[in-house]
Amino acid sequence: MAAASHPGQEFCGKPPLLILSTRTSETFLILSIENLCVTRGERPIIDGLSFNVGSGEALVVMGANGSGKTTLLRALAGFIQPKSGAILLDGHSEDARISDACHYVGHLNAIKTSQTVAENLSFYAGFLDDTLSQAEISDRVEDALARFALDRLASVPSGYLSAGQKRRLALARVLCAARPIWLLDEPTTSLDQESTTQLASVINAHVASGGVAIAATHLDLGVGPARTLQLDQKARSA
Amino acid sequence: MTAFFRLVVRDLELAFRDGGALGTALGFFLMVVAMMPLGLGPDLNLLSKLAPGILWIALLLSALLSLPRMFESDFDDGALEVIAMGPLPLELIVIAKATAHWLTTGLPLVLLAPVLGLLLNLDLASAPLLVTAMILGTPAISFLGAIGAALTLKAKRSGLLLALLVLPLYVPTLIFGISALTNQILNTGGAGSSLMILSAVSLFALVLGPIASAAALRAQMQ
Repeated sequence: MAAASHPGQEFCGKPPLLILSTRTSETFLILSIENLCVTRGERPIIDGLSFNVGSGEALVVMGANGSGKTTLLRALAGFIQPKSGAILLDGHSEDARISDACHYVGHLNAIKTSQTVAENLSFYAGFLDDTLSQAEISDRVEDALARFALDRLASVPSGYLSAGQKRRLALARVLCAARPIWLLDEPTTSLDQESTTQLASVINAHVASGGVAIAATHLDLGVGPARTLQLDQKARSA
Repeated sequence: MTAFFRLVVRDLELAFRDGGALGTALGFFLMVVAMMPLGLGPDLNLLSKLAPGILWIALLLSALLSLPRMFESDFDDGALEVIAMGPLPLELIVIAKATAHWLTTGLPLVLLAPVLGLLLNLDLASAPLLVTAMILGTPAISFLGAIGAALTLKAKRSGLLLALLVLPLYVPTLIFGISALTNQILNTGGAGSSLMILSAVSLFALVLGPIASAAALRAQMQ
């Protein structure tokens, strides 16, 4: 519990950004959601949701279309301001900069079609973790591409990729910069069986090394032992 | 700062690869200015008197044409969300993107302006002053434009709305940009004060633009 052993006052005014990015495998991390309420317009989407996820845990968020899976992930990523409730990282309320600890892979792949596959990843690696040197960036990119079987396509303009290959490129981003929490929104969209297995093994490795993975899906991911959070549509129909 | 420069460099690379932005702005600038002598007739005195105004207005309109691109493609393909998760606050992201916009649109237009001035019988001796005034004034175009570009991000075919929002903000730059030159052409002196006000407007835009634009982007990404 390296992060939690620091006195709380040290974080005042400055979010515990460094602690997260230099996190070692012994650091234990807990993301706790307390009584979260999120509305879109006037409509409540998530109402009174509470749960904890700790280091080494994968959480699969399941639910029908429109049950608020994406809304939950976007709230965790800091794009949506919750109406009430708290999102705490290691007991600290830092909703503004919690995004520094997260990778967010949404519905959109964030791929620049005029850049090659490797250029896309290199930019995100260097941008998301600006302490990396040029050599480290190319190492990480090479590794990430190999893990998602994209290494043979490294110098191909990403506009030529198929939908599944684009999705894999978007997912490969999470391996380019070390961040403890992965928020994956429908990660298996347009992936074939083999790629889904690859993704599951990448998630399992991340979780085994003490990371947190939260994936929204309505299909089985095949991730090792994972907890399931069922979002209920009934909760907000009234 | 590394992340900031990486973002600027990426935006410059993308702007040159995708081509469109720079070509559209320069092409529009060239066409509007080239039409003027045809429309106004061959009165050289009249043309040289109107030249600063024509050049500035054409420059504003050409820059306006390229403004929607500042955030649009990154917003549409989700890259803006990923960039927002990075180490930079959204305000610095806006500064990086507006800087890239100025380097790919504002600066090339400024460098083209004295050449197009020849079409309008602009005195060559006033070309350095024209370029100085435009270099000092055009950052305001990119940084105030960032506000409009962020506000109209989700609106389809937002060109008119963007013009209505942003053009009034460009009025001070236009007025003092033109007065810097007319003062010299009419030999009434005092270009210095106009240049100082132009710089002041740009500095003001440099502060206000990123803050307002980042607030708008936050609302758009909800």
